[in-house]
Amino acid sequence: MMQSMARFRGYRRAEPGTQPDHLHPPYVSSIKRAPSKPLVYLPHTLSEVTGPSFDSSAIDVKASNLTRQHRGEPLGERIIVSGRVLDEDGRPVARTLIEVWQANAAGRYRHNVDQHNAPLDPNFEGSGHTLTDEQGNFRFITVRPGAYPWRNHYNAWRPAHIHFSVFGPAFATRLITQMYFPGDALLPFDPIFNCTADEKARNRLISIFDWETMVSEHALGYKFDIILSGRDSTPWEK
Amino acid sequence: MSLQATTSQTVGPYFQIGLARFYIDDLTGPGVAEEVIEIEGRVFDGEGQPVPDGVIEIWQADAQGDYAHPGFSEELESIQKTDPRAKERAHAQRRQGAFRGFGRVPTQPDGSFRFKTIKPGRVPAPDGTLQAPHIAVSVFTRGLLRRLVTRIYFPDEPSNAEDFALKLVEAGRRHTLIAKKLRDGRLAWNVVLQGADETVFFDC
Repeated sequence: MMQSMARFRGYRRAEPGTQPDHLHPPYVSSIKRAPSKPLVYLPHTLSEVTGPSFDSSAIDVKASNLTRQHRGEPLGERIIVSGRVLDEDGRPVARTLIEVWQANAAGRYRHNVDQHNAPLDPNFEGSGHTLTDEQGNFRFITVRPGAYPWRNHYNAWRPAHIHFSVFGPAFATRLITQMYFPGDALLPFDPIFNCTADEKARNRLISIFDWETMVSEHALGYKFDIILSGRDSTPWEK
Repeated sequence: MSLQATTSQTVGPYFQIGLARFYIDDLTGPGVAEEVIEIEGRVFDGEGQPVPDGVIEIWQADAQGDYAHPGFSEELESIQKTDPRAKERAHAQRRQGAFRGFGRVPTQPDGSFRFKTIKPGRVPAPDGTLQAPHIAVSVFTRGLLRRLVTRIYFPDEPSNAEDFALKLVEAGRRHTLIAKKLRDGRLAWNVVLQGADETVFFDC
């Protein structure tokens, strides 16, 4: 056996209540898909503290502007969503891939499964990606997505949201989440938004209306910071 | 003051719009000389129905047990004194950009998925023992508010018996993490989200 130098550090685990359980019965689709057996606690190893990285050659620099992917501009309120990706110690997560997807302003996704009777917008794909800069900053230009109905319960409508996928430095930091908008009347009724016991944690999914992000006479601005697991402060112990 | 990690949300049914650009089902490529393996499987829900709207991501080391990760040498040195050649080798490989170690595929209407890759080498566990060859897996589907984390191990691999992570799993469930070899040499590994033969998922 090799001699362990015992300086190895994993990533922190979530505070209780800040992450959803897999089974959340108000979200009906979780009932047949959530595991029924307890998860097996896995101390992090090299496989979990390393993770994929994407270099700038893989990135389309135009992909952070979702309003310029076709000849015309999409309908809807033009918005800028900016923020930072940070770890739990407030350190920027640089050069990490962010992917976003969303419905158009009418609440319709460009996807064959989406049969909602709202119009597609020929000038909107609803897809973007970017790398954060050295300070962890990102910025997307898009339109505000519409709410749309789904079949979870009677009169169920998803509040307006943008899906975010972020890698961070490690397999352990991988995150897929959704960003919501302040003041959305649908938020209290949405079982996906309301999946955490911790109210503060869920409210952090709501972006902040932000004057500094706005561009006068051009676009409204919203700020959304994404926090990824931080590194354990103490080394691994047997 | 410490911040708290952002709450996970489901990938939903329309992830293809955002995630398709980086679908990678073939991790091999020019400059990858090792033995190529094919892994295929299906994802099932608690009623045994195929899950046609999931996305599977994999992350693995190369055949030498090195991860294509910017700080890999430093991580390795926090567990063991690194063979100086290993560092050189890792740098050389990154220069070539041969093996990136990341794959992502959506499940098909019948719940199936497949990857073409290479068999990873062994990497050390935090206690200094060597882990058995394995692939780290994330499963995202509509209905899952957060991803499920699991691993793929290889059949006919004596080191499975002493593996750091497999030893944490009760003996009767370990088989759910070990791929089966098909007659033509391909590997089969299914994901059962719920039920009697539920796949082992890790709190990661």
